[in-house]
Amino acid sequence: MSTPSSKKASTLVWAGVVLVIIIHQDFWFWDTYEPLIFGFVPVALAYHACISVCAGIIWALANKYCWPDDVDDIPEITESGDH
Amino acid sequence: MQENNYTVLIIIAVYLGLLLLLGLFSSKLFKGTSKDYFLASRGIGPFLLLMSLFGTTMTAFALVGSTGESYSAGVGVYGKLASSSGIIHSLCFFVVGIKIWSMGARHGYMTQIQFFRDRFQSDTLGLLLFPILVGLVIPYLLVGVLGAGTTLLNVTKGSLPGMFPDTAGGVPFWLGSGVICVVVLVYVFFGGVRGTAWANAFQTIVFIILGFVTFFMIANKLGGPVNATRMVVESHPTKLQRSVHPDDQKRYDEAMAAFPAKEAAYEAKLAEWEAAPAETRGDAPKEIKAPSKPHGISQLAFLTYFFIPLSVGMFPHLFQHWLTAKNAQSFKLAVVAHPLLIMLVWVPCVLIGAWATSATIDGKLVVPPGFNPNAVLAFMVNKLTGDVLGGFLTAGILAAIMSSLDSQFLCLGSIFTNDIYLHYFGKKEISDKQKVMIGRIFVIVIVLVTYLLAVAMQGTRGVFTLGVWCFSGFASLFPLVVGALYWKRATREGAIASVVTMAISWVWLFANSGFGAQREYLFLGMMPVATMTILSAVALVVVSLMTKAPDEAHLQKFFPKKG
Repeated sequence: MSTPSSKKASTLVWAGVVLVIIIHQDFWFWDTYEPLIFGFVPVALAYHACISVCAGIIWALANKYCWPDDVDDIPEITESGDH
Repeated sequence: MQENNYTVLIIIAVYLGLLLLLGLFSSKLFKGTSKDYFLASRGIGPFLLLMSLFGTTMTAFALVGSTGESYSAGVGVYGKLASSSGIIHSLCFFVVGIKIWSMGARHGYMTQIQFFRDRFQSDTLGLLLFPILVGLVIPYLLVGVLGAGTTLLNVTKGSLPGMFPDTAGGVPFWLGSGVICVVVLVYVFFGGVRGTAWANAFQTIVFIILGFVTFFMIANKLGGPVNATRMVVESHPTKLQRSVHPDDQKRYDEAMAAFPAKEAAYEAKLAEWEAAPAETRGDAPKEIKAPSKPHGISQLAFLTYFFIPLSVGMFPHLFQHWLTAKNAQSFKLAVVAHPLLIMLVWVPCVLIGAWATSATIDGKLVVPPGFNPNAVLAFMVNKLTGDVLGGFLTAGILAAIMSSLDSQFLCLGSIFTNDIYLHYFGKKEISDKQKVMIGRIFVIVIVLVTYLLAVAMQGTRGVFTLGVWCFSGFASLFPLVVGALYWKRATREGAIASVVTMAISWVWLFANSGFGAQREYLFLGMMPVATMTILSAVALVVVSLMTKAPDEAHLQKFFPKKG
């Protein structure tokens, strides 16, 4: 059952997903490759690799706080599926 | 080209042999029921589900295409194609996949069409979706088979000159693509979806490891990664960012300024050569090409590329993999790890592609200018690392191709069996064993038809361009699946309008792009998929609101009351 605090956490996580999508559009690194991270990775590539890591983290939080509450107790199949 | 070199051939043969063994092993676990054949008895756990989903979504494009795209357009392709996919694919798994799994577990669906037909109580919608889904999967399949046959032909050239003199000793396309189809057919035929899950797990691990090994070996040959990137900074800095670097622009302007004089000199030499007597004039002067203009990535195109990975929400083969999950919890690992795996595969390949534009050894360019982008990775590997890694890399490329082909073959077999044969030609009269047999027969027919089409289309490039259009088609059906799962008010008429709108806008935009001939085609400065998805969503909403709401009792099945 969802409580007000879990609802708040869920809202925050979805806001985080939207934020990751927004910061993916990194116009601020558009015209440069510097600094080169570790001396060989252009900054925008390193930034987008971090976006991938952020995506992993935000989806881990979604698993914890936004998990749908009607998918874990599935009753026996009642129909054969061909409709 | 290798001279009588069997190394690559042996490595590929051993790899394909291992896959066959894996297929036969997974068939030992087969329970003999149609539910097991098509859905692995809904028993796939978190790790196999992750590997299945990742292996299926990452085609050969992940290895070969990522390097080639970076070689052509620079490292910005990672943000455009990979990090966006990491976010959106997991979104699709979380928002669509888990829900679809729960619907399938509750109501026994085996295919996408069964779900939509039931949700919207419409046979017409099923009939409408059938040709669209099949029609969009087939070019995707063809890209895989064509890619596999061409890769095998290119990497084995020189291996069997006595046997295949017409192809410079390479395994001919008809044979290479045929062998790949047979290997995939064997493990799909015997193991069903469980066989594809095991094969995908094995193949995904193979291509992730090979990507890393290739990266480190190539970096080492180029004097380390810092030196490899330094060469790009000096020669083609645009390849390291998303706008045109002033140095590249200056080089281009200077080259363009000098070009008319060079062109005039060339034409004079050519005229002189043509006027000379044929027996004394020697070789024709080497043709000169206009300097290629450096180009960046537009911000709007970058943004709207976000729509493409939504295709994952409507791929029928992924739909089938979702239904195989043991429980909803099995999705958790895939949702989190998918973006990270994309990063592990893409970052090394993207860097190799950028390095290929400028890498030199002893003052000579490793990759000649204007090289075929899709062949860059194999060329770098062959030139810089040798036959053993070349053989393994080929195995990795084939792994990436086959891990998508298997699921697509099986899902088409499932669609023909469940949505057409069993739905329209009496499911009650036949036993479960017969259903499995029918499924297997359809899989054989689909593999055979795909193989024959690939052989007929060998050498044509158009089908590769179709790939992104197929993805766009699936992506623009995304509003349909979201509406079906989350919007009670979505109606049958709205769903049909959405599919028809998607089909019409797809055909119209595809024709506008010269039937895919304009590779960089944009509509209103955006990727065409953005327009198609928005139109399809608008049609769903507007027509649903204009028509009678679905029956509340029927909706209970899809939106059960909580508590």
